[in-house]
Amino acid sequence: MQALTAETRHPVTIILNGQRRSGYAHPRMLLSDFLRHELGAHGTRVGCEHGVCGACTIRIDGVAQRACLTLAVQADNRRVDTVEGLAKEGRMTALQEAFNRHHALQCGFCTAGILMSLSDYLERVPKPSEAELRDMLSGHLCRCTGYAGIVRAVMDVTGQLRETPHV
Amino acid sequence: MTALKSAATTPQAESAAGPLVGRPIPRLEDTAILTGAARYADDLPVKPGTLHAAILRSPHAHAEVLGIDVGAALTMPGVAAIVTGEEAKRFASPFLVGVKAPMEHWCLAIDRVRYVGEPVAVVLAENRYLAEDALDRIEVRYRPLPPVTSIEQALDPASELLHPAVGSNIANTRNFLYGDPDSQFETAPHRLSLTVHYPRNSCTPMECFVVQAEYDPAEGGYEVLSNFSGPFAVHPVMARALNVSGAKLRLKSPPHSGGSFGNKQAVFPYIVLMGLCARVSGRPVKWVEDRLEHLMAATSATGRRMDLEAAVDADGKVLALRMQQTEDCGAYVRAPEPASLYRNHGNLTGAYDIRHLAVVNRIALTNKTPSGLNRGFGGGQLYFGLERLMHHIAVTLNLDPLDVIRRNLVPASAMPYATASGGQLDSGDYPATVEEAIERGGLAELKARRDKARAEGRLYGIGYAAIVEPSISNMGYITTVLTAEERRKAGPKNGAQAAATVAVDPTGGVSVSVASVPQGQGHRTVLAQVIADVFGLRLEDIRVVTDFDTAKDAWSIAAGNYSSRFAGAVAGTAHIAAMRLRDRLARLAAGQLNVRPEDVRFENGKVFAASNPENTLSFSRLAAAGHWAPGTLPEGQEAALRETAFWTPDPLKAPTDADHINSSACYGFIFDFCGVEVDRVTGQVRIDHYVTMHDAGRLLNPLMVEGQVMGGFAQAVGVALYEEYAYGEDGGFLSGSFADYLVPTSMEVPVPVILHRESPSPVTPLGAKGAGEGNNMSTPVCIANAVADALGIDTVTLPLTPSKIAALIDGEEPPRPVVAGAPPAPEPVKTAGGRGLSGEGSRTVPATPEEVWAILLDPKELAALLPGCEALDLVGPNSYRAEVVVGIGPVRGRYTAEVALSDLDPPNSLTLAGSGSSALGTGRGTGHVTLERTAEGTTVRYRYTAEVGGKVAAVGGRMLDSASRLLIGQFFDKLIARAGGPAAPAEKPSLLKRLLRLLGLAR
Amino acid sequence: MKPAPFDYLRPASLSEALAALASGGDEARILAGGQSLMPMLNMRLVQPRLLIDLSLLDELRSLEARDGWLTVGAAVTQAELMARPTLAEEVPLLAAALPWIGHFQTRNRGTVCGSIAHADPSAELPLCLVALGGEVMLRSARKRRSLPAAAFFLGPLTTAKEADEIIEAVRFPLRKAETGHAFREVAMRHGDFAITACAAIADRNGLRLAVGGVADRPIARDWPLLAGAELDEALNAFAWDLGGDDDQHATARYRRSLVRRIGRTAIEEALACRP
Ligand code: FES
Ligand code: FES
Repeated sequence: MQALTAETRHPVTIILNGQRRSGYAHPRMLLSDFLRHELGAHGTRVGCEHGVCGACTIRIDGVAQRACLTLAVQADNRRVDTVEGLAKEGRMTALQEAFNRHHALQCGFCTAGILMSLSDYLERVPKPSEAELRDMLSGHLCRCTGYAGIVRAVMDVTGQLRETPHV
Repeated sequence: MTALKSAATTPQAESAAGPLVGRPIPRLEDTAILTGAARYADDLPVKPGTLHAAILRSPHAHAEVLGIDVGAALTMPGVAAIVTGEEAKRFASPFLVGVKAPMEHWCLAIDRVRYVGEPVAVVLAENRYLAEDALDRIEVRYRPLPPVTSIEQALDPASELLHPAVGSNIANTRNFLYGDPDSQFETAPHRLSLTVHYPRNSCTPMECFVVQAEYDPAEGGYEVLSNFSGPFAVHPVMARALNVSGAKLRLKSPPHSGGSFGNKQAVFPYIVLMGLCARVSGRPVKWVEDRLEHLMAATSATGRRMDLEAAVDADGKVLALRMQQTEDCGAYVRAPEPASLYRNHGNLTGAYDIRHLAVVNRIALTNKTPSGLNRGFGGGQLYFGLERLMHHIAVTLNLDPLDVIRRNLVPASAMPYATASGGQLDSGDYPATVEEAIERGGLAELKARRDKARAEGRLYGIGYAAIVEPSISNMGYITTVLTAEERRKAGPKNGAQAAATVAVDPTGGVSVSVASVPQGQGHRTVLAQVIADVFGLRLEDIRVVTDFDTAKDAWSIAAGNYSSRFAGAVAGTAHIAAMRLRDRLARLAAGQLNVRPEDVRFENGKVFAASNPENTLSFSRLAAAGHWAPGTLPEGQEAALRETAFWTPDPLKAPTDADHINSSACYGFIFDFCGVEVDRVTGQVRIDHYVTMHDAGRLLNPLMVEGQVMGGFAQAVGVALYEEYAYGEDGGFLSGSFADYLVPTSMEVPVPVILHRESPSPVTPLGAKGAGEGNNMSTPVCIANAVADALGIDTVTLPLTPSKIAALIDGEEPPRPVVAGAPPAPEPVKTAGGRGLSGEGSRTVPATPEEVWAILLDPKELAALLPGCEALDLVGPNSYRAEVVVGIGPVRGRYTAEVALSDLDPPNSLTLAGSGSSALGTGRGTGHVTLERTAEGTTVRYRYTAEVGGKVAAVGGRMLDSASRLLIGQFFDKLIARAGGPAAPAEKPSLLKRLLRLLGLAR
Repeated sequence: MKPAPFDYLRPASLSEALAALASGGDEARILAGGQSLMPMLNMRLVQPRLLIDLSLLDELRSLEARDGWLTVGAAVTQAELMARPTLAEEVPLLAAALPWIGHFQTRNRGTVCGSIAHADPSAELPLCLVALGGEVMLRSARKRRSLPAAAFFLGPLTTAKEADEIIEAVRFPLRKAETGHAFREVAMRHGDFAITACAAIADRNGLRLAVGGVADRPIARDWPLLAGAELDEALNAFAWDLGGDDDQHATARYRRSLVRRIGRTAIEEALACRP
């Protein structure tokens, strides 16, 4: 049994984007705060802290989920993947490139969470229909884009973009 | 409709030759964002020793603050200081208010709270977690006052005054008369009127407010980093509130913003508040607004009631218009309000040629969050009235709504067109634009779809909206709220000064900074396009710096990111600065190339003579000269290193004595139409097809414009169908989480067909106009008109929720069946708005009324009956103070409650009243209990009303009714048990208890 | 918006968890997927002294169909249940309802039992459990018991679970021959809590309709094979008996009308899909 007292900061080690990273957390510290303010991994954003907006979505042991609904101590010894880990050796992934091409982001505050959801989802559903994709994306709020560019980017990167008309 | 059909360009870009401006170039901003490297306000480092703030907010809509006890909170671990209104009075001043009214608005409540969420105290602690722990321990005593929760209530002279010194809840009234509407109304064949209400809502950027503040006692100055978006006209307001000159309030912005849509303007009271906290605590302070705070108390679009009357001739031409606009600005008229009411004053007649206009503008105060800028501010409100009126005219006169629009549009020949109220519609061919949209957007097909759907018995409608989209606000328009006399005293206000600086470095790199604070739109990219074209450089040679510093950057009061001023004013001013710098470079190059300056060309990184392209210099060489060898510059020539330009649109003058005001520098035109289908079974609205046609002048980057249109459209879908900041009749706020305030997701937002025409503005340097706010203005009413058409009704209220629509289309409800033999179960009593909690019920108790009476009057017994009561002390005759832990399931709050029995009529009836507050919020309730002797003992009847405020109400609205019934049921369960009925089992509830509870729940 | 302090326990076994819960009692809360509890912790609506994390307990991960029941252990997520290839055969109503629950990202973490324990009156899983006549398997250090769903849900966020009890598993009866199922819901947005949700079950002898989002808990009603005006009358009586309240998004009247309408559609669909 692991028993952690409220008043104490406990060591927490995670495998963050493939690297061991350690810090300290009170039991009540949210994983989103731990990543951002304890480890300095600011790429994960916080938009609501009640699980609705999706900005904080990360992958724990590969599964996309809300960092704001997870305690830092729950992530101890687990693999955590965040937006900072997507690009390898300075090269963005095809999905990131497609986001740029299709203007799938404006302020970008929602973007990290959406990318992390997609990185899990597209492994499970490599060629989603637009309806399926929109269903999955509905776990994210984006206030800037109206989602059209995001949908287009995913359709493009999954080889399903059929048409590109006018402006 | 799918994303794939109506999508935009495949962005190609850099390979094509020719200028960069006008091409759909993907953004330079994206790499940092996509890789997680972007730095938003909350990502920036803080100094060691920084304190973290948490704000205690009012759970009451309207109350006097009787006292604040911070003693217990101060002893909490990690707490460094607690700041209240006392400190505000010592070190700060009230904010300047935009109307002439004795209204004091402080950064912290002084002796009264006027909306749920108003800041009352700030805890400063080592981290946010500890600060919030201490919040729960601050005790505030309030005396609730009757709240004002609607415009109609504010108009009632008997309503409780929010600001007694103002003397009315209407803070300002102004009448305007343009032309001679009265005589038109006398002679017109038709007079039609319509009243509409526009709800409170907000664009809720995904990033909340952030402030880092420091106070330097040696300088007596403040340094603040915040995601404030401007307008910097508010900077003097902040400085005044902190009792310093503007130079002593240094304000910086972070490099990235998580969106604003105008909302980030409303961070300014918190800049002052955190400045105050830094001063009081002597340490740097950081505050990050959380989403609950944001929804509850940050800002809101104004609510508006519009009473419209039109004099119309037989074919639908509007001859004159009377409009009375009553604006719900919330609890305070907070800067820059009354911007929302006056921003469109020059274009009150929209895209129409209406010469006679009478206007009454009133500003109402209500116990709601102060309003502020919100994408499209004032436009959504105005056009909801105006375009509903056009639709109403068509329906009433049996005309095609499109024909009514056509008959009233400003003709192309009249451009530039001076509106009745003083606006200068600068360019465009509105009728041709409408016809082009009809053609390209497929209106004929849409009509066929509608006819087919209707033939099948489905509810399908088509709506239209034609509007002008103002951009680049005149800094003088708000003074239209003042009389000409007051304006003369205050001095003239006008213009819209933009500032930009362009510099070349010794390696030939070019940097640009502008007095704007981009909020995610892509301004770095567009500026790089504009500047690269000027110097004949590549995009990557231009560095656009987007963080902003009032101590170092050129700025003026119009600076900031609002009123769609970027493309027209900011990019244009950057262009002017770059052209000046290029002219100077050209003079230097002319000497070296031995040609006249006019012949010097800048292309592909080279500087050469037009007449002899072989005769060339590299740009970097030319740029370097000014840095490395100023001594070699020709006589009388200064180095071309850096240029700052200020520019203000020429047509922006102060209001005239007759109250004519050109409220914006330029005006785009939008024509929208859409088809919607309403589900007869559920009342849900589906947007089947939406076409939006824009003439926003010259498009600097079509990809970015499309993003703006798409984003505004999505927000407008929210306004039309989902979003509202809802308040109960008690002023309680009910939309406290993203599960309650409904931002549309990818499942709700369709993709519109976006069309463009380009009529360059003669006013702006690059011919561009704003494009980002238009759909927030046009789309809500376009959808509303379509729903009105589908249902054949005249009254549509936003948001058009399925529940509201069902009420419009459903006939009489089948009555509750009467079951023979069973007494009809009492129906819950509802207050009018349905949001106050109330109910009634009855139980039969096996005891005499006298016995029941004795139980109720005995403090010990009463303590046992009250749910979760831990202590009950008599504090007066039949009045008690109780410690109760009240909860539903795991949600529990410890309340200190006042309980009183009154109207005692032994052993027949009494009134039981209680009120209390906890960190979860407030509760108040009154129950009237009657005891009636029956054969079985006593029938106890009760009727209650309750109000729940604060956090629980804000996030738990769905369950409040059933939760209060549950608690009241518990009280009576215990009473029955105590009076000799079957005891409520301690362990698992028996079938009987569940049955009783069912009865108690009045079902 | 940060949780109040609590001790955190990650037991290595269920018996450790039960012992901890027995001593923590009312001050302890169980954390499984956290998709309901964590928002309430963050908002400080719930302030336990002790949090007992079951999410990694292997012994609670069982998901099996046996003896006429599909038993879902306390640590099984909604996504795991949804991904079960045989689910549509075993418990078709669940297969129909699961896509309505929250979103991909919350289903990845949210557990089936957690949603049952939370007892939101509008939630889909409690509704399905009541509709199907499922059972809640409770366990404490003292005893084990199971409750029929209808006896488990008592009101908003209120259940018959004792403070020292854990929901060890819930079980749904496997589809019976000749039974048809349908699920209908109206919510403001996709993934929102239901304004009204209806689960209908029909076999050769009768109908059952269970409704969520209207009363303070999901409620089921049985009828013989009604049709036409008789069914309308029965639905109307049920709609009124459920009560229902106004909130900021919908009126009680609208909820009643949905019970009549989507209730009817659901019943018709269930009748039609009987094998
Ligand atoms: S911040 Fe986690 S879902 Fe919004
Ligand atoms: S890009 Fe701003 S919220 Fe999505």
